Amino acid sequence: MADAQFSTNASAARVDLMVVAEMVEPGSRVLDVGCGDGALMRMLQDGRNVDARGIELSQAGVNQCVAHGLSVIQGDADTDLADYPDDSFDYVILSQTIQATHRPKVVMEHLLRIGRRAIVSFPNFGHWKIRARLALSGRMPVTENLPISWHETPNIHFCTIRDFIDLCGEVGAQIEKGVALDAGGRPMRAGLPWGVWNLFGEQAVLVLSRGK
Amino acid sequence: MARTLGTHALSPTPRHEADDPSSLVARFGADEPLHLDCGIALAPLQIAYQTYGTLNADKSNAVLICHALTGDQHVANVNPVTGKGGWWETMVGPGKPIDTDRFFVICSNVLSSCMGTTGPASRLDGGPAYALDFPVVTIRDMVRAQAMLIDQLGIDTLFCVAGGSMGGMQVLQWAASYPQRVFCALPIATAAKHSAQNIAFHEVGRQAIMADPEWKGGRYLAEGTRPEKGLAVARMAAHITYLSEPALHRKFGRKLQDRAAPTFSFDADFEIESYLRYQGRAFVERFDANSYLYLTRAMDYFDLAADYDGRLAQAFRGSRTRFCVVSFTSDWLFTTQESRAVVHALNASGASVSFVEIETDKGHDAFLLDVPELFATTKGFIDSAARARGLTEPARG
Repeated sequence: MADAQFSTNASAARVDLMVVAEMVEPGSRVLDVGCGDGALMRMLQDGRNVDARGIELSQAGVNQCVAHGLSVIQGDADTDLADYPDDSFDYVILSQTIQATHRPKVVMEHLLRIGRRAIVSFPNFGHWKIRARLALSGRMPVTENLPISWHETPNIHFCTIRDFIDLCGEVGAQIEKGVALDAGGRPMRAGLPWGVWNLFGEQAVLVLSRGK
Repeated sequence: MARTLGTHALSPTPRHEADDPSSLVARFGADEPLHLDCGIALAPLQIAYQTYGTLNADKSNAVLICHALTGDQHVANVNPVTGKGGWWETMVGPGKPIDTDRFFVICSNVLSSCMGTTGPASRLDGGPAYALDFPVVTIRDMVRAQAMLIDQLGIDTLFCVAGGSMGGMQVLQWAASYPQRVFCALPIATAAKHSAQNIAFHEVGRQAIMADPEWKGGRYLAEGTRPEKGLAVARMAAHITYLSEPALHRKFGRKLQDRAAPTFSFDADFEIESYLRYQGRAFVERFDANSYLYLTRAMDYFDLAADYDGRLAQAFRGSRTRFCVVSFTSDWLFTTQESRAVVHALNASGASVSFVEIETDKGHDAFLLDVPELFATTKGFIDSAARARGLTEPARG
């Protein structure tokens, strides 16, 4: 879906996907929402023997997936998740896509309904560089990772790590695992307070489950 | 138009092709009747079909193409009636997405059509044609007949079943009726049920045929007449539904036909009128009016979910077939919404499914036309499924 914007640094993107992939238990059933060209799905299928399915908005992405033998449906996270039955997957992955959805809260509710667990990765708008740009220039930040100006970007619902954690509370999601990634896409040291991640993490990856 | 059609030479070809087709024929005698949904056991039965490519030793490379309403078995060879190329030569052939250097491609004329498979124009032992004595058949009956052919060819599992429109209905029926015999399925521009709007258009076509005095209550072959006007009008109305408003506008707009100003008459002043009249004329040359009634009826009756307590997902329960569903943005006859309903059901049943909505202004007919995205999707899907099936790639010189 909006993956292209975050793929400026190809190797960093791979690291991001690998972080997500490592959070998936081998042999499970996975739905990748916004699967792009299917790179993560292939990684999961080949490396972790996962039964992976995908949803992707762009025709080019879907065609690439189909050509690789992946089962991918052309569709939109905002409208098409409603069609999936409850508990139909072990994991539903939303990688770098939530900020491009129209109704992130509804999407989150569907992820938790469809999958036993949800894995969500997103760019952190609370990163110090972004805060600094906004504070110093008084303009919406345009950075290497977020290169598109405010009126063109498909990313209409940016949030910080703290904001996202609030949303998890609102939809009753329990955070099972979390990691922030630095500018190179590498995981930051575990056990740091959320405030540190929110300031220095460029991306966050969280594993969620339905709260008790 | 009436005059033009009336003076047109009667073509003997549909009559001839109905009994003695210019293709391979499988015959089934009284000992192996086709049991129809209406309760009748149809025998004898003949199925006209074409094949392309070579069946491999373990019979794992067979592709069944299912043709649309007025299509036939001549997928990729010169049509014996029209003299034109096969109807899916863009898709099927050496090096094409459905590669005849790699796959053994089969296409049979559907039950109740008029190109050599038993239908209302068929004569029993040189007697009169069935006409309306032919039983009303369903999409499932067509698929049963195809399964009899596939059995006779000694093929257990089809590598792929593919088709658009009414052909796509057959693909879905194959996947539901014989899930273990279909490795992968490619239903294009189709639906799991015929909509009220589509039934309505079909009814207009049938009424046009039956209102033609030459139809003679269906007995026109015996009476030596042909309901050409009615059949042509049916085709003209249907043809509009195969196109899209933007495509019509692009192709014809309000352009006049070989004239500078309107003639203040009911001549074909507009290019679009002239085009439709031509389409109507060309159609009656090659098609049997009663077959048109039967085939449209079969489509109207199609409602796959109805056989499974109204739950479409049940039709595909436990299916291990790989599906690739394709729709076109400008197709208002078989909309993307209909394809999505199929995809939804396949998802709910846990089947392996891909879905592509291709952007084009070519309307429903897009599945027959040069649409590169369709070829790219098909090739990607077929090639990856062939790898999964362990089929070797053809050597290219």
